[in-house]
Amino acid sequence: MEWEVVIGLEIHAQLATKSKIFSGASTQYGAEANTQACAVDLGLPGVLPVFNEEALRMAVKFGLAIDADIGKKSVFDRKNYFYPDLPKGYQTTQLHHPIVGMGHIDIELDDGSTKRINVTRAHLEEDAGKSVHEGFGSMSGIDLNRAGTPLVEIVSEPEMRSAKEAAAYFRKMHSIVTYLGICDGDLSQGSMRCDCNVSLRPKGQEEFGTRTEIKNVNSFRNVERAIESEIERQMDILEDGGSIVQETRLYDADKNETRSMRSKEVANDYRYFPCPDLLPVIIDDNYIEAVRETLPELPDDKRARFVKDHGLSVNDAAVLASDRELAHYFETVAHSANDYKLAANWVQGDVSAALNRLEISISELAVSAEQLGHILKLIKDNTLNTGGAREVFNALLEGKGDDTVASVDKLVDSLGLKQVSDTGAIEAIVEKVLADNPKLVEGYLNTPEDKRAKAIGPFIGLTRKAAAGVNPQVVMDVLKKKLSELG
Amino acid sequence: MALDQQQVRDIAELARLQLDDNQIAEYQKNLSSILDLVDQLSAVDTSSVEPMAHPLDAVQRLRADAVTEENQRDHFQQCAPQTENGYYLVPRVVE
Amino acid sequence: MHTKTIAEIARDLAAGEYSSVEITTDLLNRVKQLDGDINSFITVTGEQALAQAKAADERRAAGQAETWTGIPMAHKDIFCTDGVVTSCGSKMLSNFAAPYDATVVEKFNQAGAVSLGKLNMDEFAMGSSNESSFYGPVANPWNKDHVPGGSSGGSAAAVAAGFVPGATATDTGGSIRQPAAFCGVTGIKPTYGRVSRWGMIAYASSLDQGGCITRNAEDAAMMMNIMAGYDAKDSTCVEQPVPDYTSTLNDSLEGMTIGLPKEYFSSDLSADMQQAVRDAISEYEKLGASIKEVSLPNARLAIPAYYIIAPAECSANLSRMDGVRFGYRCDDPQDINDLYKRSRGEGFGGEVKRRIMIGAYALSAGFYDAYYKKAQQVRRLIKNDFSAALKEVDILAAPVSPTPAFKRGEKTSDPVEMYLEDIFTISLNLAGMPGMSIPCGQVNNLPVGLQLIGDYFAEDRLLNAAHKFQQATDWHLKTPAGI
Repeated sequence: MEWEVVIGLEIHAQLATKSKIFSGASTQYGAEANTQACAVDLGLPGVLPVFNEEALRMAVKFGLAIDADIGKKSVFDRKNYFYPDLPKGYQTTQLHHPIVGMGHIDIELDDGSTKRINVTRAHLEEDAGKSVHEGFGSMSGIDLNRAGTPLVEIVSEPEMRSAKEAAAYFRKMHSIVTYLGICDGDLSQGSMRCDCNVSLRPKGQEEFGTRTEIKNVNSFRNVERAIESEIERQMDILEDGGSIVQETRLYDADKNETRSMRSKEVANDYRYFPCPDLLPVIIDDNYIEAVRETLPELPDDKRARFVKDHGLSVNDAAVLASDRELAHYFETVAHSANDYKLAANWVQGDVSAALNRLEISISELAVSAEQLGHILKLIKDNTLNTGGAREVFNALLEGKGDDTVASVDKLVDSLGLKQVSDTGAIEAIVEKVLADNPKLVEGYLNTPEDKRAKAIGPFIGLTRKAAAGVNPQVVMDVLKKKLSELG
Repeated sequence: MALDQQQVRDIAELARLQLDDNQIAEYQKNLSSILDLVDQLSAVDTSSVEPMAHPLDAVQRLRADAVTEENQRDHFQQCAPQTENGYYLVPRVVE
Repeated sequence: MHTKTIAEIARDLAAGEYSSVEITTDLLNRVKQLDGDINSFITVTGEQALAQAKAADERRAAGQAETWTGIPMAHKDIFCTDGVVTSCGSKMLSNFAAPYDATVVEKFNQAGAVSLGKLNMDEFAMGSSNESSFYGPVANPWNKDHVPGGSSGGSAAAVAAGFVPGATATDTGGSIRQPAAFCGVTGIKPTYGRVSRWGMIAYASSLDQGGCITRNAEDAAMMMNIMAGYDAKDSTCVEQPVPDYTSTLNDSLEGMTIGLPKEYFSSDLSADMQQAVRDAISEYEKLGASIKEVSLPNARLAIPAYYIIAPAECSANLSRMDGVRFGYRCDDPQDINDLYKRSRGEGFGGEVKRRIMIGAYALSAGFYDAYYKKAQQVRRLIKNDFSAALKEVDILAAPVSPTPAFKRGEKTSDPVEMYLEDIFTISLNLAGMPGMSIPCGQVNNLPVGLQLIGDYFAEDRLLNAAHKFQQATDWHLKTPAGI
């Protein structure tokens, strides 16, 4: 039978606020256990929550970025369940009145087309703490530093039809929230996590099949792999005439398989009800419009502008616009060099290669955008040739300069990379080359006019060998002139 | 509305309350009579009434995003049943 | 010294009649000698009290005394007190030395008051007789076989027994007004949101309200001057100026209209209770008020609505009592679920478990609309009743309880019978309006209370009406035999 895959994602993005959603404790990552868990985060008797205005603003910003309905009245609910990393025994979240309603984003497919994925809703909630299972013998250690960190949970419609689409959706969301500056997007620190709902149905059937939920997948690659392996597992069961159990599963990246989370099998009854310690959050059009004013250019707009205004290919534009930092770097380079295409080639070529090789992010690159822009400017005014430019770039990478633009000029000098473009000097070199190679000259002169362009090659090589850093264009011009004088 | 013993057990499980069999029987009786009391509500027509969550129909106030809390771990953990290296300890949680 | 009011003590301290250390010592001795029979205190903080009293005397000597400097009082054990066990009347928190002060506690500390300790209460404020406390029942000073009412039974009994001139208290369904009535003292439940709930251990968050119990309305006004006000730490606390409640106490009642909700004068109320309340109302007529009958048509729905809303909220509020970060933990837990179930099973008493279970059931899948949503709708109907009535009249007058203080053990076997005790008080918590209870008579040598109800933030009006009544009558001056 031919099966259709149905995927919906729930993405949890930690909001980049300084303090927690309902308390004044820091949200900074990596602190010693429980040093950033205040009385409210610990759920001590008698404590009360007060809502962080920045969390609200960020959630609204997100809603506007995905063209969503903004909830002018949003309500916090309590979701009740017992778990040691959930201090109050309930999570404060939004069930019936989320801050962000129906919206959408577009993802780019491999064939270059785009597909719209609708976002059902996005709501504000508090993160839980962490349980540590190593190092405490028969016990687990509970660290509540993360408890109360603001999250926006973004729920998609079940509109993705392959693991690749799901990964593209996750990537696009990542790109949007980082562009907006509302999430640091650091997947390794759990700043964005993804739950994947996966089901299969016979192609053509309207009704959804039974789904499973893969919890807490935290990389683009694992989203794709986890879903692939889950699709395979479900297909095997269905092909054998079995049926899928609706359950929560975990992805084991080492084994590349999902497994059932047996501990969560007990049916949960979350007993949601409006949190009586918090009042309805009311915002008006003025508030929404003021937030809209602060929206930066988003990845889709940026990509379109790269193509339309600067003549970049759709592919180049998509890659360069996907990441806010990368796009910013690229635009700074392009602006400084006044050449988007040259900048695009360099950022996607040497820069990307360096990032991959050194396994660093663009913000950690030793060559600043201003420096690279200056290097490209030197190419354009013929001070450097491509090889020389690359040498300067690598020298900066190796820490041979400092972070100033002047450092580029110093390296060009100290490495002797400046091209000789002075015609007089080149004429002297060329004359010597011609004098030293009479046989080559003779051969050239015997070459028919229409084939001479090719025959000039060896002279160029010899000239450049005789003097490194000569401007190839000037060499060509001088050679042509001198040779034509000979015959 | 009368609850059966299994329902009482299920509710106790949901609320994480250990009850012995005698207590189950007692709660079955008490909870059922409380539910009879509250079942008076079902006769009221409330179809056009907006539920009221708070007496004052007030709106949520917002707090500035500032870190105002300092580390008080040692102070807070003085009242904790069991801690080690700053962590709260519980019997091992399996996932 | 032990029957003096807050206002009298303030005057005496200012006049140098005695020092704060002297009266504090005197009252501490009384507690030591007499509270064994009453059991109104859970924790007596004698050393701290004397240190506070000494500091107060020093401030006074330095000319820095204010109204409250050196005045003794005590807190219901529901308010967190930094470093002092805050048990909420429960085994669950019997080892919980709170690591911070409730806003109310902080305000009294800052005002220079002297706290003698923490007062007994029904476990987690769930009860109408103070019989559900882990620390044992409180006796009514008027008759020790009788209950003092609840949940603020310790607060009411301590004031009636002359241990403190005033005490903080809380009211979720009548927990200030009913014990005040049972013990012949004055109690005020302010408007929801008037007093900060920060550090006041939550029972039912949308109903809980801190207030106080005192000997008379003037003292209540003095306590309210300290307690009331905005607190940025409580989202539900209202940002509205606090008047000086003592400044309007003597305003004339001439022209005031008092409404009598006819539903509260039905057969639920015995003839002699009815008579005591009617006599009080006649007194108001003498003071210049006019009386009008009003109706609260949905009054009978208050108890059923309350017993959905309060248990639902408490079932979630008490989930944090899980034996992980504070409080009682069972011995030798086998796994995390065992830890939860036994810590909670052993740490909570019967009434608390009952309400948690009712709440969990009412909120569980499939029942939400029939129970919780329905109760919230009925809540609005009840609120609308009060608002409509208070458009017609200035304040309402009503009984506080169907009977005077009943005997200990009389109603413990049937929880529903106990719940019906709150029939006249509970609706006000649903509506969120302020209410008072003042002594207005006696039945069977036990005090009877008169309930006064006002519109939102009309505490000043209620205190005024209560004070004028107390200027004209002496019910509030009566003390139990031997006190």
